[in-house]
Amino acid sequence: MTRDRAGLLEVRDLAFGYDGKPILRDLSLSAAPHETLAVLGTSGCGKSTLLRLILGLLKPGSGSIRFDDRDIAKLEGSELNEVRQKMGMVFQSAALISSIDVGANLALPLAELTDKRQDEIDRIVDEKLSLVGMKDAKAKLPAALSGGMRKRVGIARALVMGPKLVLFDEPGSGLDPVAAALIDELIVGLREHDTTCLVVTHNLQSAFRIATRMAMLHEGAILEEGTPDEFRTSKNPIVRQFLDGDPEGPLSEGYEATRE
Amino acid sequence: MVLDIVGRRALHALRGLSGFTWFTADTVGEVADHARRRRAPFHARLLWQQTRLVGVGSIPLVTLVSLFLGLTTAILASYQLARLGARESVPAFVAIGFTRELGPLLTGIVVAARSGAAYTAELGTMRVAEEVDAIEGMGLGALRYLVAPRILASMLMLPSLAVVSNVAGITGGAFIAHLQIDMSFRQYGVLALESLMTHDVVGGLVKSLIFGLMIGLIACYKGMTTTQAATGVGISTTSSVVMSVTSVIGCDTICNVVLTRIWP
Repeated sequence: MTRDRAGLLEVRDLAFGYDGKPILRDLSLSAAPHETLAVLGTSGCGKSTLLRLILGLLKPGSGSIRFDDRDIAKLEGSELNEVRQKMGMVFQSAALISSIDVGANLALPLAELTDKRQDEIDRIVDEKLSLVGMKDAKAKLPAALSGGMRKRVGIARALVMGPKLVLFDEPGSGLDPVAAALIDELIVGLREHDTTCLVVTHNLQSAFRIATRMAMLHEGAILEEGTPDEFRTSKNPIVRQFLDGDPEGPLSEGYEATRE
Repeated sequence: MVLDIVGRRALHALRGLSGFTWFTADTVGEVADHARRRRAPFHARLLWQQTRLVGVGSIPLVTLVSLFLGLTTAILASYQLARLGARESVPAFVAIGFTRELGPLLTGIVVAARSGAAYTAELGTMRVAEEVDAIEGMGLGALRYLVAPRILASMLMLPSLAVVSNVAGITGGAFIAHLQIDMSFRQYGVLALESLMTHDVVGGLVKSLIFGLMIGLIACYKGMTTTQAATGVGISTTSSVVMSVTSVIGCDTICNVVLTRIWP
């Protein structure tokens, strides 16, 4: 069930597979400006793949991904890079460049892609690091930071170019509950900065905390979409099993191999 | 059964060649595209870092290995040539041998094993740690930002290192000539320089420029196509060194055939 919404991001009939094995099938999804859309789903259901397709790191087999009035699926080279500059991505591992310090990680896109002067770049870097509470870490190498700190720097880096859309891949994974809650607070705070967020996660507590709208990905397509309240009262047995964390139910078929 | 195996291997090789060709074309394309927008293709700082790694960092090893090879070449040459009554030919033998062949070849092998492996391991680690995806996702162009300065550094540094290798090898030969056939350093130097022609030196430098390009391309391609985390980095690095060394030696043969025909 998908609703037709005019959005900043419009994914239509998206299909993608690895080595002939389908991962996503006729997936349609949209994200309206200034909303936080949480895409839920079991491990390995294709949530991270969806983000990589939106960012243009992977090419879909079919379908379209419209962002900022352009079809990302059809873009290549410099045109694709131009669109990417209007997005930010926070990777599951933060993916900070390990050979340069935190400040340089944030300054990199500004120095490479804009004509800003060094003092202006420094100001933006300081501003974004302050936003995530990491200003003191500016001169540190990523290896010297904890997982939660790296994630926060990753968020700051995703924001330096002033993106319209920020993609989050499992933002709370591997973090303690307090660190994960702090990351969630940052994501909620982004709405005040007119930023649209698309968060893929299987952490329900986090999803309900941050989302203005939710979608569940199952067997390569969006199974259900709605507000957090609509999700809480969903009658769909798959959604119910996922929300209740029940080991018995239709979702368990995918785990049979693991059980054996 | 045999045909099946041969077919699969041929298909795998063709896929690899196709990927390598696209990788090269995309790297050139990204650099050209950035230049077209009147932006520097990459920061001079990045090129400087890489030239230090490939060039300055390799000088001790290239010098040492070339010195040893110069000593060995001179020992063998003086032994054989003295028996033929041609001891004065030892300096020419060592000098021409190094500038045309041994210097560029030895430098290529040392750089492939040292810097090529470092390129592959570094880029491979960045690939599996999603750093390459992050760079790509920011719209920076990973090939332009990561690959182009490395390839250029490798191309620029190989000829320079070949000169270092030539000097070290010829110097090694001078010691042996002095000790074994009682030739003065001055006489050795004069005879060595007299024997060298422009095409010996230029031919060797052109070859090393090509080796540098090949090593840079192969090492970066292997790094950027790494999969499977830590195991993958190891596999890519081994494959990169084997492929680079084999390609350098193969290319050296082709260059020799071509150079001896067009510029004997």
